[in-house]
Amino acid sequence: MKQNTLGYKIKQYLMFAGPGTVLFLAVVIVPFLYGLYLTLTSWDGVSAQKPFVGFANFAAAFADSDYWAAMGRTVIYSVFAVILINVVAFALAYLVTLGIKGQNFFRAGFFVPNLIGGIVLGYVWKFVFNRAFVAIFGGTSLLSTTNGAMFCLIFASVWQYAGYMMLIYVAGFMSVSAEVKEAALIDGCTPSQAMWNVTIPLMRSSFVQCIFLSITRCFVVYDVNLSLTKGEPFGSSVMAAMHVYNQAFTYKNYGLGQAEALILFIVCAIVGVTQVMVGKKGEVEA
Amino acid sequence: MTDNERAARNKKIAHTIMWIVLLILFICFIFPFLMVIINVFKDKSDITRDPLSLIGATKGFILTNFPNAMKKMNFWTVFGNSLIVTTCSTILTIIVSSMAGFVIVRNSKWKFCTLMFSLMIASMVIPFQVLMVPLVSVYGGTLGVLNHRITLILMHVGFSVSMAMFMFHGAIKTNIPIDLEEAATIDGCNRWQTYWKVVFPLLKPTVATVAIINAMAYWNDYLLPSLVLTKKELYTIPIATQAFYGTYSTDLGLIMAALLLAMLPILILYIFLQKFIVAGVTSGAVKG
Repeated sequence: MKQNTLGYKIKQYLMFAGPGTVLFLAVVIVPFLYGLYLTLTSWDGVSAQKPFVGFANFAAAFADSDYWAAMGRTVIYSVFAVILINVVAFALAYLVTLGIKGQNFFRAGFFVPNLIGGIVLGYVWKFVFNRAFVAIFGGTSLLSTTNGAMFCLIFASVWQYAGYMMLIYVAGFMSVSAEVKEAALIDGCTPSQAMWNVTIPLMRSSFVQCIFLSITRCFVVYDVNLSLTKGEPFGSSVMAAMHVYNQAFTYKNYGLGQAEALILFIVCAIVGVTQVMVGKKGEVEA
Repeated sequence: MTDNERAARNKKIAHTIMWIVLLILFICFIFPFLMVIINVFKDKSDITRDPLSLIGATKGFILTNFPNAMKKMNFWTVFGNSLIVTTCSTILTIIVSSMAGFVIVRNSKWKFCTLMFSLMIASMVIPFQVLMVPLVSVYGGTLGVLNHRITLILMHVGFSVSMAMFMFHGAIKTNIPIDLEEAATIDGCNRWQTYWKVVFPLLKPTVATVAIINAMAYWNDYLLPSLVLTKKELYTIPIATQAFYGTYSTDLGLIMAALLLAMLPILILYIFLQKFIVAGVTSGAVKG
């Protein structure tokens, strides 16, 4: 059979990749393009007409102070959460690669929060913050204060993702060969110097990856936000993703909501890509 | 005491200290689960009085929260829905994306393949929030196909196909020698037979990784299912938990039981498949 005719190529492609391509185009590419169009309309989600309004939604999005407040909170939340997730995850990974008895058990244990979906663990933490911590430490629940609610969100996110990132750091620790570390020690490094000057630089790709994953996840946090704080108290813990959801589905401003979602995506993509480019630049190999 | 002995002893002490640190951290990590477990056997009044006590002060040790929560949450229906959606989506994702990865990697000279490959890779940065409004608009408004499990399943597959295709693409490129396929062709296999009889069986490790990562994501997904399935009898576990919490938030005993029920299936699975899940998630994260 001839293998370079157009007919053969089309048949081969459709036979193997047809279903995947169709589904991918149907749920990712088509909605994405249609979403771009929606940002130019003032659709209310119900009526058949979608009045064309040009760039008015983007102007409204830039003027929407609630949106930018939510965006600001998301940035603060992400900065704290990303740093803490990675510090905790790195520390855990260090501890479970020392060769201590039962380290596999600990690894498995630290990963457990990741198995549970954001909705369920948000409710679990809500109970812990509202009841258990109040019973232990006294006072009122942290969730009822503005800063406290933010703190709780960050705390729960660190708890949720640290175990996952730990697995990536563990893989990073394993990839640094024992010989390189031994050579550094023989050359007169103290163990902590070997850690900072040999192991960590060689693990750079793990850091780049963990930070990228945690940034992209934190920026669009929704499930935990919904179940743990629901934006309360007084809308002081509404993150950008929740604001977008409410804008579109609760207030029925679909065009505006979509425009705000698009801005969120662009900000998130710029931060993520910059971080990866900066991170990759200084990568070293053993 | 020689230096060696002293070093060995110091190492042992250091390890013991580290072990204790790990144990404390471990207890902190499972503390929320412990809270749920001790309170699930207490009456709501006892939980409000003292959430830390092991056994309720007035009503004592009770089991009634479980059957009540199961009935009110419609647990078996909801569990069945989650199971159907997760299983079908995972199997379809594996079939569809491994085939796509195969044709793309073996025909990298065709322009259309490179185009689709780049498009899929680029699309991985799009967060779901950007797609949810148009998705609901097209499939809910124009086509009216929401509130069917099959719609959710196909959407799940569509969202994960790019990532899964990328992983199969990598696995086929590095692990499957092309000579093997040529040999199969000479022996009389067509492309379809070559793929299913020779290539696919060799992809087992990647299949396991993709299955674990996606099954966990599907099982726990909330936002997409909540937009697609709005009928009560189609709810999956995360949606049912959210709805349940909204209705019974004052009855803490019921809430505890519902939360534990929502977590149990995946925790039980984890106890048996822990090794595979940890390995799968690690290799998935490092490759992806």
